[in-house]
Amino acid sequence: MNETIRELLTRVGGLPVAVSELEDGADLYAAGLSSFASVQLMLAIEEAFDIEFPDNLLNRKSFASISAIEETVSRILKAREAA
Amino acid sequence: MSLAAVATDMSLGARAHRVAMVAAEFADRVDQEGRFPREAVEAMKAERLLGIQIPSAFGGEGATTQEIAEVCSILGQACAASAMVFAMHQIKVSSLVEHGTESAWHKDFMRELAARQLLVASATTEAGIGGNMRNSICAIEIDGDICRLTKDATVISYGTHADAIMVTSRSHEKAASGDQVMTVFRKGQYTLQKTVDWDTLGMRGTCSDGFLFKGEAPAVQVFPKPFAEIAAQSMLATSHLLWSAVWYGIAADAVLRAQAFVRAAARKANGAQPPGAVRLAEASNLLQLLKANILSGLKVYADAKADPDQLSSMAFSIAMNNVKLASSETILTIINQAMIICGIMGYKNGTPYSLGRHLRDAHSAQLMISNDRILGNTSTMLLVQKPDTSLLG
Repeated sequence: MNETIRELLTRVGGLPVAVSELEDGADLYAAGLSSFASVQLMLAIEEAFDIEFPDNLLNRKSFASISAIEETVSRILKAREAA
Repeated sequence: MSLAAVATDMSLGARAHRVAMVAAEFADRVDQEGRFPREAVEAMKAERLLGIQIPSAFGGEGATTQEIAEVCSILGQACAASAMVFAMHQIKVSSLVEHGTESAWHKDFMRELAARQLLVASATTEAGIGGNMRNSICAIEIDGDICRLTKDATVISYGTHADAIMVTSRSHEKAASGDQVMTVFRKGQYTLQKTVDWDTLGMRGTCSDGFLFKGEAPAVQVFPKPFAEIAAQSMLATSHLLWSAVWYGIAADAVLRAQAFVRAAARKANGAQPPGAVRLAEASNLLQLLKANILSGLKVYADAKADPDQLSSMAFSIAMNNVKLASSETILTIINQAMIICGIMGYKNGTPYSLGRHLRDAHSAQLMISNDRILGNTSTMLLVQKPDTSLLG
């Protein structure tokens, strides 16, 4: 999952730095992720993992870092398995 | 209520009304001369309105956003420029109140602001950022205990009249454009070299000239939180809500003038319906819609305030954006209706029904943070965020 997220971040994130140089916990907004790019990233992740982000997870925190995104996606996948 | 009772009533509403009387007296001169509404701001200080938002623990009154919005609306009915200065000051104070309580310097500054009624201005726009205040080009330089900043600020409203200015910048020399901090610089810690004149259609008294800002201050004056958080959690909501309250005030006064015009006509009409009466009913309908829009926004903010996640959610941003879009567009329709009702008496300056200043001031609403930019942001968020379709929220 980490790899897919990094791949999508490279494709739609528009970051001024190389994604491979970012730590999992690095603040993506501080790294230059714009709000428009963050939405593009959400859409790309929804498509890649065939999920839909519930409204309560659509906030800055859920997408603040690569590990935060991983955690958000895992939560949704887990909730779906449980359902 | 007798005059003596009005003069001694210390409720927030009464104090705001007393300031509004001063603001109204000078509104036309402030507008014509494009000068700072100093009499109204002196009156705000005398009535101790500048510190009302500061918590009582720091010498203020802990006024809520609702209460401050009410003051904005009362002032907006008298002089939009005075009301906007008050609103912009309170927006800056909200950043202190919401994000300054963990820093000793900012706590002391709050105490002093309340005690000495300091006026705070804002320098968030910069040449070259295309109007997007969430980006900076300039970067703050931290040198030991000292911070230094030079900013080509295209707008600093009432900059030369303020006791302090809050300035955004990149957090360090190598930071990305969106990695910002905000710093409080006090008068005496900066110089302002005027670069752009504020000669505008309306809101002429806010004196929103452009300046080259150069400041040096103790580094503890930098807010300890990223500006992104401050912007999302206090500035977005308070800006849109308090601006809207000012705009509501402009529109409300226009409807009042239109009503006075229709009533005067009705008295002469011997029972016949005067022209403009139906339009007045329509304007009153729109004014109520505008009021409901702002009140619902104030409630959303009050409810969300307890939960930082909620404040930084897309649903909340969309709700605040929608308040701003609707308010800024509806006031133009309302004031235009009022103008048609009052006819040439509304179009002329210097009559009891004059609406030129109202209409010109109101035209700023769509532009201060361009509605097109806000629509663009909302439309981006709506690619993922489902609209809230519940009635009660």
